[in-house]
Amino acid sequence: MADKAPAIELKGISKAFGPVQANKDISIRVMPGTIHGIIGENGAGKSTLMSILYGFYKADKGEIFIAGNKTEIPDSQAAIAAGIGMVFQHFKLVENFTVLENIILGAEDGRLLRPSLAKARKTLLELEREYGLNVDPDAVIEEIGVGMQQRVEILKALYRRADILILDEPTGVLTPAEADQLFRILGRLREEGKTIILITHKLREIMEATDTVSVMRRGEMTATVKTSETSPAELAELMVGRKVLLRVDKTPATPGDVVLDIKGLKVVDDQGVERVKGIDLQVRAGEIVGIAGVAGNGQSELLEVLGGYADATGEVTLNGQPLDLSGRYSDGRSRRTRGIGHVPEDRQREGLIMDFSAWENTAFGYHRSDAYQSGMLLNNAAIRSDTEGKMERFDVRPPDPALPAKSFSGGNQQKIVLAREIERNPDLLLVGQPTRGVDIGAIEFIHQQIVALRDQGKAILLVSVELEEILALADRVAVMFDGHIMGERLSAETDEKELGLLMAGVEG
Amino acid sequence: MDFLTVIQLLDSTVRLATPLLLACLAGLFSERAGIFDIGLEGKMLAAAFFSAAVAALTGSVWIGLLAGIGASVALSLLHGLASITFRGNQLISGVAINFLAAGLTVLIAQDWFSQGGRTPSLMGGARFEPITLPFADALADVPVVGPVYAELISGHSVLVYLAFLTVPVTWWVLFRTRFGLRLRAVGENPAAVDTAGVSVIGLRYAAVVICGVLCGIAGAYLSTALQAGFVKDMSAGRGFIALAALIFAKWRPWHALYATLLFGLFGALETRQDVITAVIGIKVQGQVLGALPYVMTVIILAGFVGKAIPPRAGGEPYVKER
Repeated sequence: MADKAPAIELKGISKAFGPVQANKDISIRVMPGTIHGIIGENGAGKSTLMSILYGFYKADKGEIFIAGNKTEIPDSQAAIAAGIGMVFQHFKLVENFTVLENIILGAEDGRLLRPSLAKARKTLLELEREYGLNVDPDAVIEEIGVGMQQRVEILKALYRRADILILDEPTGVLTPAEADQLFRILGRLREEGKTIILITHKLREIMEATDTVSVMRRGEMTATVKTSETSPAELAELMVGRKVLLRVDKTPATPGDVVLDIKGLKVVDDQGVERVKGIDLQVRAGEIVGIAGVAGNGQSELLEVLGGYADATGEVTLNGQPLDLSGRYSDGRSRRTRGIGHVPEDRQREGLIMDFSAWENTAFGYHRSDAYQSGMLLNNAAIRSDTEGKMERFDVRPPDPALPAKSFSGGNQQKIVLAREIERNPDLLLVGQPTRGVDIGAIEFIHQQIVALRDQGKAILLVSVELEEILALADRVAVMFDGHIMGERLSAETDEKELGLLMAGVEG
Repeated sequence: MDFLTVIQLLDSTVRLATPLLLACLAGLFSERAGIFDIGLEGKMLAAAFFSAAVAALTGSVWIGLLAGIGASVALSLLHGLASITFRGNQLISGVAINFLAAGLTVLIAQDWFSQGGRTPSLMGGARFEPITLPFADALADVPVVGPVYAELISGHSVLVYLAFLTVPVTWWVLFRTRFGLRLRAVGENPAAVDTAGVSVIGLRYAAVVICGVLCGIAGAYLSTALQAGFVKDMSAGRGFIALAALIFAKWRPWHALYATLLFGLFGALETRQDVITAVIGIKVQGQVLGALPYVMTVIILAGFVGKAIPPRAGGEPYVKER
């Protein structure tokens, strides 16, 4: 290997956006025919670095060498010419075009389409054979699954004769099976001599797929190591800058009185389909009950009913008092006055208004509380200072209440929602997908906050599609399948295998 | 209702559909590239004035046509500057162009000709005259085919034939050329075009310029072919009807032809109420027919006649994401 020039070499790349130093003196060498991982938390500067490599940004300082030659990349066209292909996290495909049309877009052979399409069809078949990437060239993008869409993106790069393939968080939208298939394809590409850069914040993917890995933290490259010579714990520490617990540290629960009691709950959706088919469930004070299940088996509807924005039939009591399941006292406001806090599954649509500031978002749902009022008007100053306190206690970065919600990272957005709901001291906290799209450092913090609330003797109902998270966080697990609860287990006495069977609808 | 009345009615349908068709295809190019254009009306009006004015001053309708196209393209570039380069709101920019054209045409007309905001009546070479196609006279007496050829197909100005020719050309450009593929892509997902190494801004400017040219021809047709001279507000909402037709056609060239012919027929019927009375036996107010294109557009937009899905990136300025 020593005699070969690196496929890509970056020397001293720096890039600042105003006062923010997104990349600081970054140097990296990637040898041809390897898979190189770049890992780091959200906002560590991974995407900026790749944007520089793909010609979206011009670096303030530094040099790029492709296969040993110094290369200027002022725009995407230059990147393509240099043999760099990029698969973005959000695909850049034209939804109502066919696969073939998307592949030739921008790389047509002449002014007329037909010859280009015919040639692309032939090339596509060759590429399919060579790399095992099967797609239907005449399928329309919006009608194929995300896994295949991603293969189209890879084919787009290969069609442009890319030797270097950059993938930005490629598994974010994939199911585990699709992710496995992707990694098999990447392995095949490596065998054929392609160089692959895999950007991710998931440790597992780095360990499974890469040969070497670089860690980024706050714009700096903190380490580059051989994957075989490192461990997830070491990488996590390098990413976050301190030791990270990859599992939740908690004492056994001491459940008290029943807080939430659900009997025969049924939910019918807008289309008239019964989504929850009569479930019974209890949540006690001082325990975390986790609802496991593949997405779409009625968990979301359960949360919506308890949160007060879907109607249901059945019997639900909170601290022994019945809860309205329809009518005018079945809304978010009534639920909050009854002492139910809610961290919704989709924080960007149900938890926050993305264009509104952090302090406005902190007031939502509680805007009628006395502390936030000043006569007939909102006391904005009080809300702001309260938000400042919440942001500090929940370690929201940057701690600026005036910033709109959309300018925070996923983890920090979730902390804003959590702070709003937890600090109201609810008797029951509903938590949906608490760590979806959240980076490692924040996951640890969020889990700690939920456990701390439990230890204060509150009841917590947790819905998550991450089985690992359920097992780590919940004291008791109920598995939902097709609107039913298939079974309940104490998390200390069960494992992924048993729960996995229940999730697939196999009776325990 | 006799055969000749039908022919006459269809003949005037063609005349009235022509400016709608040109404006509709103009809008099609622009909107397919993601630039909404409610300034079609203003561009047509400006082109109508400048082509009539220059034709009156030079005595040549062809120079007039060029002037009309020039005026329309200038307004298109203004729209492009506001909405592509400066990423402004496309609707507001379009409204501004409509106001600008409505006011400036009358003002300049008054300044140049002092005839109450009109241009002088155009005569001779300053106007597009009807073209008699070969054998029209010879065939005129053949039953059925004769009148259809002589009255309906022959005897229009060159711009009418140009407009109808533009339909297959538009279709071919959009669906059979590289430029068309990129144009459609930039209206659906500009990020895909950008990451493929093609200039989003360049494509969108090309689209608005084509839009300007077609709008210019539409406007010139109004003042130098359909009528003989410019009068205040002579576009009379045709730009908006063309937009309605564009939605009705779901942004497809051939359907744009059918939609504008239908709307042209409504226009023709508006002036021939005797025909309607004869056919359905009830007297219908002309205004009702004038309103029909809009009523139909509302029905279409409400989703009764299949869904009209506009280009997905329409109306949104393209900003590169990080």
